[in-house]
Amino acid sequence: MRFSTLVRHIREGTKNVFRNGWMSFASMGSIIVSLFILGVFMILALNVDKLASQIENQVEIRVYLQLGTEQAKIDDINRQIGRIPEVKKVTFVSKEEGLQRLKENLDPDAQSALDGYENENNPLPDAFDVEVFDPQKVADVAKQIQAINASDADQPILGVKYGQGTVEKLFKITNAVRNVGLIVVAGLAVMAMFLISTTVKMTILARRREIAIMKLVGATNSFIRWPFFVEGVLIGVFGAAVTSAILLYGYSWLIRTTQYDLGLMLIKFASMQDVGGFIAGTLLVLGALLGIWGSTVSVRKYLKV
Amino acid sequence: MIEMHDIWKTYPDGTVALQSVNVVIDRNEFVYIVGPSGAGKSTFMKLIYREEVPSKGQLSVNGFNIGKLKQRKIPYVRRNIGVVFQDYRLLPKLTAYENVSFAMEVIEASKRQIRRRTMEVLDLVGLKHKAGSVPAQLSGGEQQRIAIARAIVNNPSVIVADEPTGNLDPETSWGIMKLLEEIHFRGTTIVMATHNKEIVNTLRKRVIAIERGTIVRDEPRGEYGYEI
Repeated sequence: MRFSTLVRHIREGTKNVFRNGWMSFASMGSIIVSLFILGVFMILALNVDKLASQIENQVEIRVYLQLGTEQAKIDDINRQIGRIPEVKKVTFVSKEEGLQRLKENLDPDAQSALDGYENENNPLPDAFDVEVFDPQKVADVAKQIQAINASDADQPILGVKYGQGTVEKLFKITNAVRNVGLIVVAGLAVMAMFLISTTVKMTILARRREIAIMKLVGATNSFIRWPFFVEGVLIGVFGAAVTSAILLYGYSWLIRTTQYDLGLMLIKFASMQDVGGFIAGTLLVLGALLGIWGSTVSVRKYLKV
Repeated sequence: MIEMHDIWKTYPDGTVALQSVNVVIDRNEFVYIVGPSGAGKSTFMKLIYREEVPSKGQLSVNGFNIGKLKQRKIPYVRRNIGVVFQDYRLLPKLTAYENVSFAMEVIEASKRQIRRRTMEVLDLVGLKHKAGSVPAQLSGGEQQRIAIARAIVNNPSVIVADEPTGNLDPETSWGIMKLLEEIHFRGTTIVMATHNKEIVNTLRKRVIAIERGTIVRDEPRGEYGYEI
């Protein structure tokens, strides 16, 4: 193809968007509506995922040491746990800190019940808080920590706790929520295609005459396809841009107006940085693909004249 | 130029449109195709520009074997054939100029060539001054002139015109005929299906009459031969 012909195709495709004003408007409309619904659910899914991660991230491993374990031993275990690749952070919690935390968790009236357990009367063991990169791996990491204990003749570790049982249930729930979100989004994408294919059928009827005339004067199939292709991309991308703008503007408004109320409930929306790029990017690519798909289908049907 | 040997055309619904048609049309001939409605005139024309393929028989146009033409070769055959219809078939959203020039864009002519040649044919059909008008702003006769300009812009060797004056009043029809004569005079073969008795009987040319799918008459300088 000559370069001037490519320029011609792009020019014609762009002109066609305006020449077929109403049709372009209708196509763009159905792309905007479809992508909007899809986008809302994507944002919802992102937030559910974020919420699930927040809950999961509260899962930690607590490692209790035998009473009277020496400082050198404590340091040694600290190092050994730190060496496990999945471990993000190890924090030593002395028995004093442990008592302090226990007190803070109690009702102010009940705190006095712990009076008298300070210093040498403190019955609590020293402990480590272990944070893991991937919370879904806590059970695995807990096992590795237990293995450290087994390899040590003194058996300095009293116990490893991470909410066995409860944690597994929590992960089941968060994973299910994620999968449902994925299925809903996929279903909506299919629905969007149906909605757009209806618009495409209408454009086909409007365009068959044009295609027939182009064939009559000896246009090759690729020559006919190109402007339609350009037109489809433009409509798709523009529709997606409009949708992204509406969605992201609406989302930032939602964050701003609810941040105080929800903040009290310790719920936090996924931030604009988390959502913005992902949503806009995904929608633009989807819009372009939908536009290309629509124009390809509408032309192919009438190329065999 | 156009050769048909024992051409048959049966449509999928079983209608036999042409049976055993044998005809040769030479370079630079001017031929009228006449006959009652539904006799097979349009099918005859459609075979020439490869809108239809013969069910049986040998058809060659400009040396191409139309029956065995590969799909991707079709556009190149059509570029050498100009087609004119009763209903003009212009693109309603393009200007007169664009309707003509786009036939040249199709063959990837250079911008300069396109501009020069498009203005040239618009001048030939007498509508240079209406280059910027869209079809809705033009009369029927003017639209048909634009359609003819589009048909000849790539210098085809054949013009196939299916009732080009069918929608026009007598005076305008004569204008169109004068134009086709001019194009013929410049060396283009013209095959024209028509119901216009006055034109056929006045502007005497070869007449091929088709009835019930067969050629019943083929006379040089013939007459229309039907009432109405």
